[in-house]
Amino acid sequence: MTAATTVLKPDTSSSYDVAAIRADFPALSLEINGYPHAFLDSGASAQKPNQVLERMDQAYRSEYANVHRGAYTLSQLATDNYENARSTVAKFMNAKTPDEIIFTRNVTAAINLVAHSYGREFLSAGDEIIISHMEHHANIVPWQLLRDAIGIEIKVAPVDDAGNFLMDEFEKLLNPKTKLVAITQVSNVLGTIVPIKEVVRLAHDQDAHVLIDGAQGIVHEGVDVQDLDADFYAFTGHKLYGPTGIGVLWGKLDLLNKMPPYQGGGDMIENVTFEKTTYRDAPARFEAGTPPIVEAVGLAAAIDYVSIIGLTNIAAHEQSLLAYANDKLATIEGLTIIGQADNKAGIISFMLGDIHSHDIGTIIDARGVAVRAGHHCAQPLMDRYGVAATARASFGLYSNKSDIDQLVDALNYVKEIFG
Amino acid sequence: MEDDIRELYQEVILDHGKNPRNFRHPEDATCEANGNNPLCGDRLTVFVKVGEDESIEDAAFEGRGCAISVASASMMTDIVRGKKVVEVDALFDTFHKMCMGEEIGETPAEFEDDLDKLMVLSGVKQFPMRVKCATLAWHTMNAAVHGDSAASTE
Repeated sequence: MTAATTVLKPDTSSSYDVAAIRADFPALSLEINGYPHAFLDSGASAQKPNQVLERMDQAYRSEYANVHRGAYTLSQLATDNYENARSTVAKFMNAKTPDEIIFTRNVTAAINLVAHSYGREFLSAGDEIIISHMEHHANIVPWQLLRDAIGIEIKVAPVDDAGNFLMDEFEKLLNPKTKLVAITQVSNVLGTIVPIKEVVRLAHDQDAHVLIDGAQGIVHEGVDVQDLDADFYAFTGHKLYGPTGIGVLWGKLDLLNKMPPYQGGGDMIENVTFEKTTYRDAPARFEAGTPPIVEAVGLAAAIDYVSIIGLTNIAAHEQSLLAYANDKLATIEGLTIIGQADNKAGIISFMLGDIHSHDIGTIIDARGVAVRAGHHCAQPLMDRYGVAATARASFGLYSNKSDIDQLVDALNYVKEIFG
Repeated sequence: MEDDIRELYQEVILDHGKNPRNFRHPEDATCEANGNNPLCGDRLTVFVKVGEDESIEDAAFEGRGCAISVASASMMTDIVRGKKVVEVDALFDTFHKMCMGEEIGETPAEFEDDLDKLMVLSGVKQFPMRVKCATLAWHTMNAAVHGDSAASTE
């Protein structure tokens, strides 16, 4: 795997067989309102390949029982599958050990876990945390809840008009009171790729911990957590071509083992009496109750799938699509792209004159094109650019030039209707 | 599907969306409410002046939203002027059923012209995700005249 900040060149080779990849995804061959399905909303949630669907089907049909409990064949098999999935994730992120991988419900749950457990143990009134102006609500609201509970301060690192992260301004916010930097790797609205390795270095110089929201980043950039050297990294399965209901919180093991449990229940205890309960180490400490067993198996299958294609190849494919889409969209009069950072992932937010994004979304759906419309759970960023909502096209490993051509035709149809 | 799109985005809706009527903040409004569609971020404020005889003397709005929600607010503020609050309640009930594609039953003769005008918005029934765009202004006005300060589609 490449380092997280590597700049990838557009793939001009013919080795990336997008037609073969598309054949793996049943949803892409659907006809939508009489048109081919141009699915350009992978940034919200990606479609699933047969390899994931079939693996999960098999796990439910012939490998299913609860984990970590029964002394019988299927329970052992399910436990092995679940723990092997943890190892697959660890290898994918280059974690030191699978014990650093905590399965959560999604990124939101992972960040809330850190806010509750780490936040209440390591932070206190007057401490400062830094987030960026680009954060998804999932990396804003948990910190506001913590602020209201214990009195920390939240500082916001700005972006420029093009959507570039302003490293100098971020550096100015760092001070001895800074205890945590919680920041996205890739903006879900602007597509901006944040130089997170530099963020980590500067934060560590001030002895602050760093949490990376990798919801978009893991898909477009991947991560090598040892090279990056952050303290927490969160991502979710469903944007990585895996199932919903499973996410990952990676944390440095010694830090995780200093954190108190977030939720109490079965599977996370060493010993329980009514007087005193002792807890297991990570990851079990943070996985109370029956976990998402088959979802973990599905996530591992998704990771195997993208690993075979190769994250570097996928990123290069997306970069070539991004360049193609920028050229094509530039032909549409009145279309403005919000977010033109120097280093961008395959995410394009745009406005079309004064036509509201929901009208765009409804009308282009009639032409088989799926995009996200709205505030993208990033209202402060919308306010930053003075817009209420944008339309957003986001690419996946299966996206192709036809999807973009279809989008451009559909946007011209929107203009035709609005006259 | 494209026929449904053409029916939804009729000329009259596009016109109200681009040039909304009663888009202002009347100083003498007796009540107002904020309407919010939290999933899409659309927000509008409806201002109403209710006279002593419980009739609506003026209605206006401000805010931002899609063509459907702005057109609906524009048409609504035209239509309710001069009506009693109870009449507007009944009209909203009928309009809501129209948007949901439900049977609207017997229509009082005095509403026929208004419902004919509002019929252009009934195209939303083919787009369940957009029904709340068409009804946001009405929910908000309903909140205003009945003493609530806010309405939400969620």
